[in-house]
Amino acid sequence: MSADRPIGAAPGPVARTVILSVVGILFAIPILAMVAFSFRNLAGGYTVAHWASVFSSAATVTYGVVFTGLGNSLLLAMVTVLIMLVILLPTMILVQLQFPRLRRVLEFVCIIPITVPAIVVVVGLAPVYSVVARLAGSSVWTLAFAYGVTVLPYAYRAIQSNLSVVDIVTLSEAARSLGAGWSSVLVRVILPNLRRGILAAAFITVAVVLGEFTIASLLNRVTLQTALVQVSKSDPFVSVIFSLLALAFAFVLLLLIGRLASDRRTRRTRPARLEKKAS
Amino acid sequence: MTIEASRPRSARRIASWLGLTPFALYVLVFLAIPTLLAVLSGLFDTQGRVTTANIAALFAPDILKTFASSFWISAVTAIVGAVIGALVCYALLGTKPQGALRSMVDSAASVLAQFGGVMLAFAFIATIGIQGVVTVLLEGFGINIFENGVWLYQVPGLLLPYIYFQVPLMIITFMPALEGLKPQWAEANATLGGSRLTYWVRIAGPVLAPSFFGSLLLLFANAFSSYATAAALISQGAQIVPLQIRAALISETVLGRSNMAGALALGMVVIMVVLMWGYSALQARTTRWQQ
Repeated sequence: MSADRPIGAAPGPVARTVILSVVGILFAIPILAMVAFSFRNLAGGYTVAHWASVFSSAATVTYGVVFTGLGNSLLLAMVTVLIMLVILLPTMILVQLQFPRLRRVLEFVCIIPITVPAIVVVVGLAPVYSVVARLAGSSVWTLAFAYGVTVLPYAYRAIQSNLSVVDIVTLSEAARSLGAGWSSVLVRVILPNLRRGILAAAFITVAVVLGEFTIASLLNRVTLQTALVQVSKSDPFVSVIFSLLALAFAFVLLLLIGRLASDRRTRRTRPARLEKKAS
Repeated sequence: MTIEASRPRSARRIASWLGLTPFALYVLVFLAIPTLLAVLSGLFDTQGRVTTANIAALFAPDILKTFASSFWISAVTAIVGAVIGALVCYALLGTKPQGALRSMVDSAASVLAQFGGVMLAFAFIATIGIQGVVTVLLEGFGINIFENGVWLYQVPGLLLPYIYFQVPLMIITFMPALEGLKPQWAEANATLGGSRLTYWVRIAGPVLAPSFFGSLLLLFANAFSSYATAAALISQGAQIVPLQIRAALISETVLGRSNMAGALALGMVVIMVVLMWGYSALQARTTRWQQ
């Protein structure tokens, strides 16, 4: 074996470049096709008319349903993040601190939504929502209860991967023995150490909620995705433009949050940080 | 220990247990009850009597055909997705985890695997639809991709969009296993005179195999249960199981066969439970090497 080739599992630079560029180009084609399609003129040639119509002042009227759906989806994303922060996060911290034996149970429960897909749950959600509508009204935000379950596996994994590298049991015992009350342990010790996981969980929640179609469509709610399908039947260009914008938005947001997380990881300014060997 | 001393302790214990109730209640109402309602409703008729008619209807030829379609589309896209995804993971080995390349790939993979759905259907309509960019481009070269009929809005049309979200999911699920390969193993292999081939065949291969097949099962389950892309592409007919559930749900007021959706849901859950059980068994084997 030549000396310049790595001994480890990593591929050589040529193999890496070939694989990544071939797959990269293949995966770029549909996205580039969307861009090209959005400039297509039905009579032939290219035009900016489709983009102009989306950004014109009349757009909120012409494509009212898309903007309603977008508004609803953003509201749902916020309420779902709130549900995750208020219901899932405290439970995970509590189980980590007080009920180590329940960790496996909690994990099992949080993974269930992968096994029971949305298309199955929605069959049983209709009767549940007729009760919810009686108790909480039939406003759009109530759909967030169902979404909270959909995002459970993603949010759980994001928070758990953070919990497993930070020893919050030792940290909170240390803080308690130094005289801190439970509330300051939570706010000043545990939550700052879980920032990265919480942030990742919140973002993946937003992404999943903005992209959710199954439950909204079969419960007849208007969200971004159901609105896009509705508009695509009369104006495919506009639904392609909105899809491009939504995909780009999600990509940029994920990229920013990824950067933010890695910045914090390398800066290491927190004195209260105690990390186990990550491997 | 005196009673006075133990009281606050047990009180705190009770308070801790109470702290678990919001989550328990939430999961009960929005996960357990809907799932049970969905799965059990297939066992009852519209009058609420126990019946096996809906379950028997699962074995009718046309329903079996949709299960078969679902199976082959899931199998093909899972295998192709797993192989391409694993290749990309391999190519990414040795790049800096915090580098620009990795964060781009990570973000793009997350977006496509978890966010796409309906929008991927639009992407492929824009690419290989009747007016699609690639379709028109190829027509310029005299190639008509729809020579034998327009297949994009049929089951074969799901293949490309599904692979488009399966590969990113493979990258997300398989990358951690590949990164778990310890450099010491490669060094030990080299010191003992092994080649790169022996390293991959004798060491990395066996260590990664459970994870690879686990991810393959996850991809299969992912395609099998996916609804949005298919619903946006195929507006008429019910060629795969999730679309059959849509048809059963929509037609309930018309035909009065409300509980067929429940029977289909039950059939799906049985298959999903088997798949996910296999996945977690294989996953447990994987983590053995990642201590």
